[in-house]
This record gives sequence, C-alpha cells and structure tokens, in this order.
Amino acid sequence: MSEALNLDAAFSALADPTRRAILARLAKGEATVTELAKPFEMTQPAISQHLKVLENAGIVARRVDSTRRPRRLAKAGIEAMDQWLAMLRKALEKNYDRLDDVLAGIEPPKIKKEEKNDEQVDSED
Amino acid sequence: MSKLTLKTEGNTHVVVTRRFAAPPETVYRAHTDPKLIQKWLLGPEGWTMPVCINEARPGGKIRYEWTDGKGHGFHLSGEYLELEPYSRIVHVERMHLPDPTPDNHVETRFDADGTGTLMTMRMTLPDAQTRAAMLATGMEHGMEASYVRLEGMI
Repeated sequence: MSEALNLDAAFSALADPTRRAILARLAKGEATVTELAKPFEMTQPAISQHLKVLENAGIVARRVDSTRRPRRLAKAGIEAMDQWLAMLRKALEKNYDRLDDVLAGIEPPKIKKEEKNDEQVDSED
Repeated sequence: MSKLTLKTEGNTHVVVTRRFAAPPETVYRAHTDPKLIQKWLLGPEGWTMPVCINEARPGGKIRYEWTDGKGHGFHLSGEYLELEPYSRIVHVERMHLPDPTPDNHVETRFDADGTGTLMTMRMTLPDAQTRAAMLATGMEHGMEASYVRLEGMI
C-alpha cells in the first residue's frame, strides 16, 4: 500500500483537539488549507503544521489540483485504525468470554438480610 | 450477552462496558479474588498468570505477572484506592514493559441489570498523549500477537 501508516503516529495525531476537528471537517469532504484554517482562530502555517502531523501519520493525504493542494482523509490509514480498535475490542472480549465461563461456575452469593434466594425466571432479552 | 463496547471520551478517558449474566456480587468477586482472576484475565490463548496478587482493600496492592510460557512476559502493578462491595472499585495501575507506563486511573462500576450486571470501566490517563500511546500499543497485555497479525494485514 502506498500510503505509509504508523499506528503510534496515528493515535498520537488524534490526541489533539484541533487535529480531531480537522479530521471531522475532512470527513465531510476534501478541503484546502485556507478552507481548513477558516473555522479555527489559527494561522495557515499553524494549520499546515497540524496537517503535516496527520499526513505523516498516514491518515490525511493531499491531492494536486493545478495550484491547489486539497487534503482528504486517507482511507487506508483510517481503516487500519479501525481494525486496530476492533482487535483491541476482540482481545478484551476474549478475557470477558472467559469471565462468562468463570461466572457460570460460581454459586451466586446469598444475600443475608432478606434471604433472597428464590430463582428468578430467566427473561431472555 | 451484549457485546463489549470500547470508546474514548474527552481527551483522557477510555470507557469499556460489558454485560454479564451473573449478579454484581459475583462479577465483583471475579474481579477481586486472585484465584478467579487467574482464570480469565489472560489475553491471547496460551498466556497464563502465574503470579496474581490482589489485596482488595483501600491501599492494597495489585500485581499481575503474565507469561506466554516461551520466555516472554511482563507485569502490571497497581494500588486500590476505594472499594464499595459489590458496586464499585477504584484503582490505579501501570504496565511494566519493562519501563512503567504512566498511571492509569480506573473506576469500575458493577450495576445490577435485570438478573445480570452491567460493568462500566472508566479509565483516566494523565493526558491525551498517554491515552494515544496506550491505544496505539494496546491497553491489554499480549497485544503484540494482534499487532503482528495487523501488520500482516496491511
């Protein structure tokens, strides 16, 4: 894949509110630095600096359109982050699937004060 | 069972939720009894937790040591701050990889949900950068395996 991806850099890039706002804007479609700078009280060089971080992380790409350099989301980078989070979820889920089994093997503790031990009807949701 | 959710909140939080079929008392026990923890808090297949210290009282120590049985391993250390049986646990933890990661402040709630439990784990990292690093390197141990798989995919 041509678009370089660095997960560490990608997640670090997200750790900044301005950069997240830029991504949110780019999610609606491509935009130039001028257009991106408008909603922020920041100079264009400052926005360019943020864009550089996002580009180096592989989650924003630029297109050459004569004199314009519109930026867009880099699909591969965004998808890779998605995959990573999905995998993190999966690993956690594995632990909790095991915990389900552990819980199934434990007698429910008796509640002393009202001796509430009546079997509750399993209402499957 | 409903699926696990994992999401970021604000700049420094990560929130995980999961439902369990057992009542809060039981789920709480499974989070504080070393014998039970060793059965499930293991990460990928093949990993075990030969050392599990869990002193479930305010100020009590936490130490989990994992190994893949092939010479790889690492550990987590932490301290309990607050415990409200059987509804809430607050603790701090850090991974040693081998250098300690910044403290992760974790509040875990166990709320009755019908005949089961809704667990909500809210992690607070010192800053956005640390949270990003945690998500990038994998907050759970043994993520290396997943990472290798991911690299294979890209």
